[in-house]
Amino acid sequence: MTDTLLDARIAAAEAPARRRAGLGHALRQSAPLAAAAFIAVLAAVAIAPELFTRADPLAEDVMAALKAPGAEHLFGTDRLGRDVFARVVHGAQYSLAIGLGSAAISVVFGVALGLLAGLRSRLLDEAICRLFDVISSFPGVLLAMLVVTFLGAGMENIAVAVGVAGIPKFGRVVRAQTQLVRDADYVTHAVIYGRSRLATFAAHLLPNVLTAIPVVGTVYVGTTILAVSGLSFLGLGPQPPTPEWGVMLAESRDVLRVAWWPSVFPGAAITLTVISFTVLGNALQRRFEGRTS
Amino acid sequence: MSARPLLRRVAARLATSILVAWGSVTTAFVALHALPGKIEDILAGDLEYPGLREAIAAEWGLDRSLPEQYVDFVARIASCDFGVSYVLRQPVVEIVGSQVWPTVQLAAAAGALALVLAVLAATLTAGRGPLARGVASTVELVCASAPVFWIGILLLMAFSFTLRWFPVSGAQNWKSLVLPAVALALPTAGLLAQVLREAMEKTLEQPFIVTARARGLGETLIRVRHVLRHAALPAVTLGGWMIGGLLGGAVITEKVFGRPGLGAVTLNAVLTHDVPVVLAVVLLAAFIHVAASTLLDVVYLAIDPRLRAQ
Repeated sequence: MTDTLLDARIAAAEAPARRRAGLGHALRQSAPLAAAAFIAVLAAVAIAPELFTRADPLAEDVMAALKAPGAEHLFGTDRLGRDVFARVVHGAQYSLAIGLGSAAISVVFGVALGLLAGLRSRLLDEAICRLFDVISSFPGVLLAMLVVTFLGAGMENIAVAVGVAGIPKFGRVVRAQTQLVRDADYVTHAVIYGRSRLATFAAHLLPNVLTAIPVVGTVYVGTTILAVSGLSFLGLGPQPPTPEWGVMLAESRDVLRVAWWPSVFPGAAITLTVISFTVLGNALQRRFEGRTS
Repeated sequence: MSARPLLRRVAARLATSILVAWGSVTTAFVALHALPGKIEDILAGDLEYPGLREAIAAEWGLDRSLPEQYVDFVARIASCDFGVSYVLRQPVVEIVGSQVWPTVQLAAAAGALALVLAVLAATLTAGRGPLARGVASTVELVCASAPVFWIGILLLMAFSFTLRWFPVSGAQNWKSLVLPAVALALPTAGLLAQVLREAMEKTLEQPFIVTARARGLGETLIRVRHVLRHAALPAVTLGGWMIGGLLGGAVITEKVFGRPGLGAVTLNAVLTHDVPVVLAVVLLAAFIHVAASTLLDVVYLAIDPRLRAQ
């Protein structure tokens, strides 16, 4: 009796919180679409930057240095008279390539180790979990600095560094998912019906474990792009005059007193890209959770 | 419930942390030896002066077997001896020790600010109308997605170059700490506020909040005393991640604002291939991270009765 009363009161207390319609609802519905559209445009820009700008991102023109944004130069020009819009457009390919490349490294090794940990012996599970702990005990930026000290600056090296730092992220998700699926009834039934271990693994376990990857991965690509831009800003990634967004921001720091446009546009490009991946990833996550629960 | 299981869990957590710290030292050792080329060349970097190779060989015990070198390496790190920087010709501990204070100051100020901002944002907006939530979550998303160096540059532009309120660079007084701390705090605050508000919104739907309302407590009191306390628990586990992020972010922030500190030391060491210095900073950061998360986990175990009961 008291429980019923309490339940009713809880429902009453929850009601105003649940009634969310109007602007907020519309925003939540349309934001993932906008994010997906932005990422699609970004991909097109990365694949064929020439279609979006005719200016050469490397062409210097000292006479036209630090021109404010206008009809001739949409985003203005930098210290060496290079067109900022062209540089931002051409920069998309670096951020996307390094971000996706390092995420791929994290996914491949994370999935392999996570499956091993989830399926094999307790001892191996323990060892792999501690390995994940060791990797995640290093702050990402500093781990990347160590890698660069050993291997030198460059795009591939920071992709490797950021990729290694992300292995535990996917490893832990895959391990948890594997343990969940391993004990599920349909896997037990497959074994009872006499399917081989390999067949059960390929037909039932793997597909169910891997569905979580795109969801986690989408948000994660945003994180890697953020990390990569920071490392480039420090001068550990692609070197000037490469039109990479982080490198552009490092160069713009010196002319901050006189010009805002060389730093505002590349920074906004990074931020919008990261926001888009986060929003899209979170929307995928909500759908994913709605389906599994 | 007796204190036994709690003690056992604390002991297990401590043992794991020691294992992880030892693992990070071992990883460093393996990485040094797995690299192509001889270890003398790696440690010497671009340097070449008479007696250098002999000094390296003597200090790292390169004439001995690999297991002996490994034991020696672990023992040295355990006694806080990070060797000598061959570039600066100075013990690494001295170099790092002299520059660690400005970085700790920056990271601590940013951490405290992030905490205050996140708690304020979450407490004020959790479970409120769609407008407040929409605005708050948008601001948080932007803060969490913007690179820390871009935030720093924007702050410099607005408050140093245009308004001239704060100095452009350096670390002379409290004024030079304000902008770097804000820049470093905002991304962390954004993420923390997101987590905290979600936890608070779940807590607001709990029966004990209804009970508190039924007792006639005011909304502010309920939010601060009951909801925040309850929701802060899951956020505590983020503390370790936060400290790691602040340390890494401090390196970048220091570069934007031209602040002295570990960032400048490390970046310089990376560019001059000063392996002992970089190794020391990385291991130090890993130790701080492990120690902090262990401490937080133990605190978490101690303050959350539900975990003790299991």
